[in-house]
Amino acid sequence: MNPFHYQRAKTTDDAIHAITTTRGAKFLGGGTNLVDLMKSNVEHPTALIDINHLSFTQINSDPDGTTTIGAGVRNSDLANHEIIRKHYPLLSQAVLNGASAQLRNMATTGGNLLQRTRCYYFVDTSFSQCNKRTPGSGCAAIKGFNRIHAILGTGGNSDEPSCIATNPSDMSVALAALQATIHVQGPRGKRTIPIADFHLLPGTTPHIETSLKPDELITAVELPASKFAKHSYYLKIRDRQSYAFALVSVAAALELEGQIIKSAGLALGGVAPKPWRSAEAEKLLTGATPNREAFRKVADLAVTGAKTYEHNAFKVELAKQSIVRALTLAAQGAQA
Amino acid sequence: MSHPPCTDQDEWFEQKTSVADTEISRRTFVKSASVLGAGVATGIPQIAAAQRTRQAATAAPQMAPLTLKINGELHALTLDTRTTLLDALREYLHLTGSKKGCDHGQCGACTVILDGRRVNSCLTLAASAEGAEITTVEGLAHGEALHPVQAAFLEHDGFQCGYCTPGQICSAVALLEENRRGDLSAVSWQTGQTENPQLTDNEIRERMSGNICRCAAYPNIVAAVRAAAQGART
Repeated sequence: MNPFHYQRAKTTDDAIHAITTTRGAKFLGGGTNLVDLMKSNVEHPTALIDINHLSFTQINSDPDGTTTIGAGVRNSDLANHEIIRKHYPLLSQAVLNGASAQLRNMATTGGNLLQRTRCYYFVDTSFSQCNKRTPGSGCAAIKGFNRIHAILGTGGNSDEPSCIATNPSDMSVALAALQATIHVQGPRGKRTIPIADFHLLPGTTPHIETSLKPDELITAVELPASKFAKHSYYLKIRDRQSYAFALVSVAAALELEGQIIKSAGLALGGVAPKPWRSAEAEKLLTGATPNREAFRKVADLAVTGAKTYEHNAFKVELAKQSIVRALTLAAQGAQA
Repeated sequence: MSHPPCTDQDEWFEQKTSVADTEISRRTFVKSASVLGAGVATGIPQIAAAQRTRQAATAAPQMAPLTLKINGELHALTLDTRTTLLDALREYLHLTGSKKGCDHGQCGACTVILDGRRVNSCLTLAASAEGAEITTVEGLAHGEALHPVQAAFLEHDGFQCGYCTPGQICSAVALLEENRRGDLSAVSWQTGQTENPQLTDNEIRERMSGNICRCAAYPNIVAAVRAAAQGART
């Protein structure tokens, strides 16, 4: 780990001033990912600005139901908050399916959005090829051991993608299905970013993972009024029952009116460089009757264009079956 | 999306790219220095930049004074900012109960209780723990009287080699408190027990999954936690 300056920010303005005036500085939230990657020499900030003492640790609902989650809310507090349990069970389930109790006690909402990939070739610097870590060096995963890698969102079939790493977050998959909005603040003021535009596809710049700028701070995550509390399900498929990253995960959310789907949210984890929301699949669900045939069509549509590699072709069928199962359980009103 | 102005975006790309370029150079430098010898490599223009970056990367350690409150006692230390809470405990305060297993937050051997919450001390910077109440395995017993969770681990033989045990015990102590206040786990949602879930064996396994035991003493660990939970309830 390289030496770094450490300072605590007392206010949001403090934090933004510090990041603006210190080249190479990074914000320190829970540190579960950043400190780990610093130990592996993947991240080497010159300074850490500790934002754990900022007052953005509340969860509030407006009278219209819009809910705002402070970026500093710990994953465990998010999953257990009364508002989240009652109105956004999908989010509680997704968060509790990620990491361990210790890590959830540390990790923040804002930090989870910035969680970096667990691609072996990225986290281990003894591999010289990684376009995300060292742009232009190549991607060792494409011809390597790519069982955990992406099948969607890595580019067209003709060009070799620059990177096939997946986004590891469970929380972000639920946020994508719930169509959250990210609030950020920087030296140029405040702005909001819909979650669909927050994480970026690799394209030719896989080292740029989000639309957040280096001097901007995530301050909150906003959720629209809950429509899906009665019919949602987070399904996570992994090699171990607990404390493992997803091979495939599905956040399924349905708003039912009688026997008709009035609206839907559907996003996949573990299969793409970003939480993979399928707006087309949501559209196909809207107005449909919740049954196996309809869900199968939706599943086919959601993984259209999948591109597989030597070890991860199984993810296509796994994703389809997981989508059908998650939607079926959501429609039944089952819990996770 | 509220797009940032193009110029800003370009600047950001440039900034990211230049950081990335120096990164390549630094690695190239390290590699060529070791393979070819530094003398051969110095003619390449990007190496100069690499050397500067490398100098920055090997800059002097940043020392900072801090006070940690461990098991009720204040300890004033001056530490390299890179020091984790785990290393501060073990190397500077000689509280070697907390163990270093993976040092990457994967095994749970380093688990301590910080402001009432179990955390991985290997991923917690000592500097960021200043001001917190930290409890390690050394702080659980009252004199000769073991904490009920410690007693339960002894009674149920919840270990073999014992290396993961301090982390297991700290984790279980915090687990009981989480359960007392009605926290949920992924299993609670699966079973539909979303109001004050009972600590079934499945719940215990899920809630203790952040603590790995290479001896695989899991059945006895579950039994110990179950017994401690029952004791806590009566």
